[in-house]
Amino acid sequence: MSLPARIVTLLVAFAAVVAGAVFIVVHYLGSSLEVVNYTSAASGGVVNVVLQEDPQNNSSSKPDWVSYYVQDPKTKAWVHTTLFTVPKNTRVNMTILGYDGCTPARNNFWSLVQGTIGNSMTVQQFKTVGQPVGPAQRASVRNTWSDCSVGHTFAIPSLHLYVPIASPVTALFNKDGCTDSPCTEGPHSMVKFSFMTPKNTGTFRWQCFIPCGGGFLDGNGGPMQTLGYMMGNMEVAA
Amino acid sequence: MAESQAAAAPAAPGEKETNHGLRIALIWVVLALVADLLIWFLWYPHLPPGRMSESAEHQQFDIAVLALAAAPVMIFVWTYFGYTLVNWRHRDGDDDDGPPLFGHTGIQATWIGGTAVIVLAAFVFGTVELIVPAGAGAGEGPNPVWKPSGSNLLQVQVIGQQWQFTYRYPQFGGMETTQLVLPVNRPVAFHVTSLDVIHSFWAYQLAVKADANPGVDNVAYTTPKHTGGFTVRCSELCGIWHGAMFDYGRVITPAAFQVWAKTNEQIQRQKGVLAALPPYALTYDPTVIPQMGKVLIANGITGAGGYYYPSSDPVTP
Repeated sequence: MSLPARIVTLLVAFAAVVAGAVFIVVHYLGSSLEVVNYTSAASGGVVNVVLQEDPQNNSSSKPDWVSYYVQDPKTKAWVHTTLFTVPKNTRVNMTILGYDGCTPARNNFWSLVQGTIGNSMTVQQFKTVGQPVGPAQRASVRNTWSDCSVGHTFAIPSLHLYVPIASPVTALFNKDGCTDSPCTEGPHSMVKFSFMTPKNTGTFRWQCFIPCGGGFLDGNGGPMQTLGYMMGNMEVAA
Repeated sequence: MAESQAAAAPAAPGEKETNHGLRIALIWVVLALVADLLIWFLWYPHLPPGRMSESAEHQQFDIAVLALAAAPVMIFVWTYFGYTLVNWRHRDGDDDDGPPLFGHTGIQATWIGGTAVIVLAAFVFGTVELIVPAGAGAGEGPNPVWKPSGSNLLQVQVIGQQWQFTYRYPQFGGMETTQLVLPVNRPVAFHVTSLDVIHSFWAYQLAVKADANPGVDNVAYTTPKHTGGFTVRCSELCGIWHGAMFDYGRVITPAAFQVWAKTNEQIQRQKGVLAALPPYALTYDPTVIPQMGKVLIANGITGAGGYYYPSSDPVTP
């Protein structure tokens, strides 16, 4: 091989390695979750936030883990993320649709609703979207051990907010549980509660307190430790 | 060494020979005394972790004593170093070798004896302070070597879970909270355990630090001496939100504590939380909680927290 050919070959190989490194950095390290912005949807000191928790994630090429989704306030589309922004000093009316089956809490203390306005929530069961199974009921405790009735929790520890999220009626879930995420049909619960955002801006992490990382040691790995699944951040903006 | 070098530069006839050793000793004594006085009167009252509890007072005292012992040693090194730079530095035109060094029994004996005394004193002092009642590490561990006397010991169970500490008060019906509240001037026994991975309970201003291991009842004692707030942190890397695993506790008056504890107990009893919690135990094993098993069996559940995941579940994709 001539000298020019060898130089060209060397340069091409070098460029390929550099391009590969840049791709890895940009694609993996530089990728970030979408942040759903609720600030523009706030009105009169109130904002309505809607989440759903599903037994799986098959909406992307990411791992098929149990996962939360956040509803875009404008398009009403479900976004596979756990990052959302709300305004400061605002009443958040939170609605969480529980599509995942029951899982007893490791610490049954999380059965207690804490930090919401009135320290309570309302729970209503649905056979599928638009078909309620009985009326909404107010509750301040939902015992995760007494019957199979809680799937996950939604907690913002720094705000002392802890809410057990009801699971669908077990018989309905076992028969017609949602298998296609984000779930738009199938048995689910609807949990509603309200809380005030802080007067100061900042990042407030939230998480599920029920070990729901299937296949990981004691259920604590995977979705429990990954943004976009069972934990996230609530950004409080000005 | 100073004497050797002094001997190498004999005084001129009629000139008094300089006693470098005495000079160094005088400078050292003055500086060390000043340093120790500053440490005792200015630094000691502000040393961490403060004086919020009996344990904190002991830890602060220990740090002060060690600082008092270390300062003269450090100042001796600095004094000798500085004196050497000033008096025995290289001068223009002086290209001779330095004087030969010979052994000096007195210096060697003083050096060995002094360091031995310092190390042994630190060993004895540290050991005594570690195990003395209400000392810096008093009684801590799964098998405490010392327990506080008296019958008014407040039991508080610290339960670690990714990523939150909760606190259970068995003397108040097993009531559990997310905020640690303690009465002032009452001995407290912390029973520290975990429901998942290893955490570490660190009540900084109370000077209490104990590992939270699953299946282990790790005991630590202290007596809060002042009212006010304190910080609780996890000091064992326990997962992605380890850095966010902290909260703030309060030390309040005994009367206010009784009101707070009884009110919480009453609320949790009325709401059925006390009935929902498992019986108080020194440790909990979530894999054998009977209620969880009944739920799973009754409903044919194959997915649940921790142990209950079947082996066929997918592992990390």
